[in-house]
Amino acid sequence: MKRDTSYAAVMARKNEIMKASLGIDYERYISSPVAFDYERLMKDTGYSLDDIARTQRETKVGDTPLFELTRLTEAVRAISPRGKGATILLKDEAANASGSFKARRASISAYEAKKRGYAGMIAATSGNYGAAVASQAAMRGLKCIILQEVYDSQGIGQPEIVEKGRKCEAFGAEVHKLTVGPELFYCLLLTLEETMFFNASLYTPFGIKGIETLGAEIATQVRARYRRDPDVVVVTHAGGGNLTGTARGLLEAGADKTRIVACSVDLSGLHMASDRDFNRKSFTTGHTGFGIPFATLPDRADVPRNAARSLRYMDDYRLVTQGEVFYVTELLAKLEGIERGPAGNTSLTAAVALARTLDRDQVVVVQETEYTGAGKHHNAQLSFARKMGIEVRRGDPRENVPGKTIVIPERLEQVTGSEQSMDKLRISYLKNAAKAHPVKKWTDTDKAFVAADVKKDVAWLESALREL
Amino acid sequence: MSTVPTGTWVEVERVVLRPDQRAPTIPEDTARTPYVMRVSGWLLAPAALGQPARVRTLIGRELEGTLKTIAPSYTHSFGEVVPELLDIGTAGGKP
Ligand SMILES: Cc1ncc(COP(=O)(O)O)c(C=O)c1O
Repeated sequence: MKRDTSYAAVMARKNEIMKASLGIDYERYISSPVAFDYERLMKDTGYSLDDIARTQRETKVGDTPLFELTRLTEAVRAISPRGKGATILLKDEAANASGSFKARRASISAYEAKKRGYAGMIAATSGNYGAAVASQAAMRGLKCIILQEVYDSQGIGQPEIVEKGRKCEAFGAEVHKLTVGPELFYCLLLTLEETMFFNASLYTPFGIKGIETLGAEIATQVRARYRRDPDVVVVTHAGGGNLTGTARGLLEAGADKTRIVACSVDLSGLHMASDRDFNRKSFTTGHTGFGIPFATLPDRADVPRNAARSLRYMDDYRLVTQGEVFYVTELLAKLEGIERGPAGNTSLTAAVALARTLDRDQVVVVQETEYTGAGKHHNAQLSFARKMGIEVRRGDPRENVPGKTIVIPERLEQVTGSEQSMDKLRISYLKNAAKAHPVKKWTDTDKAFVAADVKKDVAWLESALREL
Repeated sequence: MSTVPTGTWVEVERVVLRPDQRAPTIPEDTARTPYVMRVSGWLLAPAALGQPARVRTLIGRELEGTLKTIAPSYTHSFGEVVPELLDIGTAGGKP
């Protein structure tokens, strides 16, 4: 039987395709358009933290080093008020197979896919995750298809994206290189239906469970060396899985006083589905174009309910400019003798700014690094930006204008970032939830879920809803 | 036009959605363009550039498209030097 492959027809078959390709019946957990049994969904994966660590060890994932950035900490202390300047630590996630924390995320999906007899797995992604899925699939003897948004309508791909696609092919994946647009999801559905492969979505409970070991390792390593829990963990934030999994792992390890700070590169003003804007941004993830929409509407993901729910775990949200991240990337190389890629350096930038405001005896952890190399490098990105007509200069980073000007700070003092209001995010979350399900229909269960999902109590929620 | 022999590593291109078939909510600049996919594989029968072609991919699947590139390669690099970066974190020396 030939099925209708038009956009509307395929989207209408979304739920059945998802069910077959994930083996999870989300209906069992969903209680209303805004609420579901999140903890039971996570628990029903059947994996303990130890199970996950053991599985990850089989495929070169986890047990990554935690480095103290001594010279960068000194440089921060030199410009901090007396008694300020926390120790900056860096969790070197680039050491995972495929070069980023995304290997943790892909590892459990690959294990599940193999165990349940799927012939292969598929993921739609901006890049690092594709490389992680391809690498884990290779080690489990599974076939792999990666769908990646690579080109604008002129066939131009920015260097970092091209590099990430290359890495997927290097691990033996079939890579579909697509032009700009949200129809990536349509292609994902079509390909899942055609191949009956496993859907290695970024947002399944398996994906998020795989990241929990990262949080747990941070707690263990910091305690062993500094005899305290980490005071702050800074997490680069896009779709929210990185933050969710890390925070859950820290909590599971008992580090419940640690502040979880999200960080994204500020790309406000650029439209993520715009063919023109696509090649006028120098960051391909960890930016506000994903970070804000996913924080305020997590269920916009490619699964019926998203297991990545960042507002549930987030204490603060810091924004940094492209120029600030490039400055700090360069400092990391020159002061610490290591080169690492853009996503981890985003949280490093926020950590450098934050450390100045924290006490000397406190510890701030930059929760990840990612690999770097041709294309995936700040020099490549800046050189490309210049070719695309973006102005690049040194100066006051507050003069950055996404898509027009990248201003690289002149001095470390100018690396401050800015604050994203948490309450604004929460209100925006509530508005989205109210659109999905009118507030007057919300039950007590709905209210309890929504309050927990924005890390507040029901009293706060009731008052916020009155003012909505 | 000369044909490319069977077994050559090539890239084919396919229009997945014409502009009129695209998702309803996309920005106007994107909506004017077709949604296009490229994939690499070994050519399964001789074909000429710009003509229909069938390939077998790295995982052994067979896909069709228009023959776009012979021996597609990666040429991304570290880019041209960005002088603005050079003196960051150095002990000085820039005149
Ligand atoms: C290396 C790296 N760090 C951080 C992120 C952000 O993670 P998340 O999308 O889970 O928020 C990504 C996601 O693309 C990534 O590849």
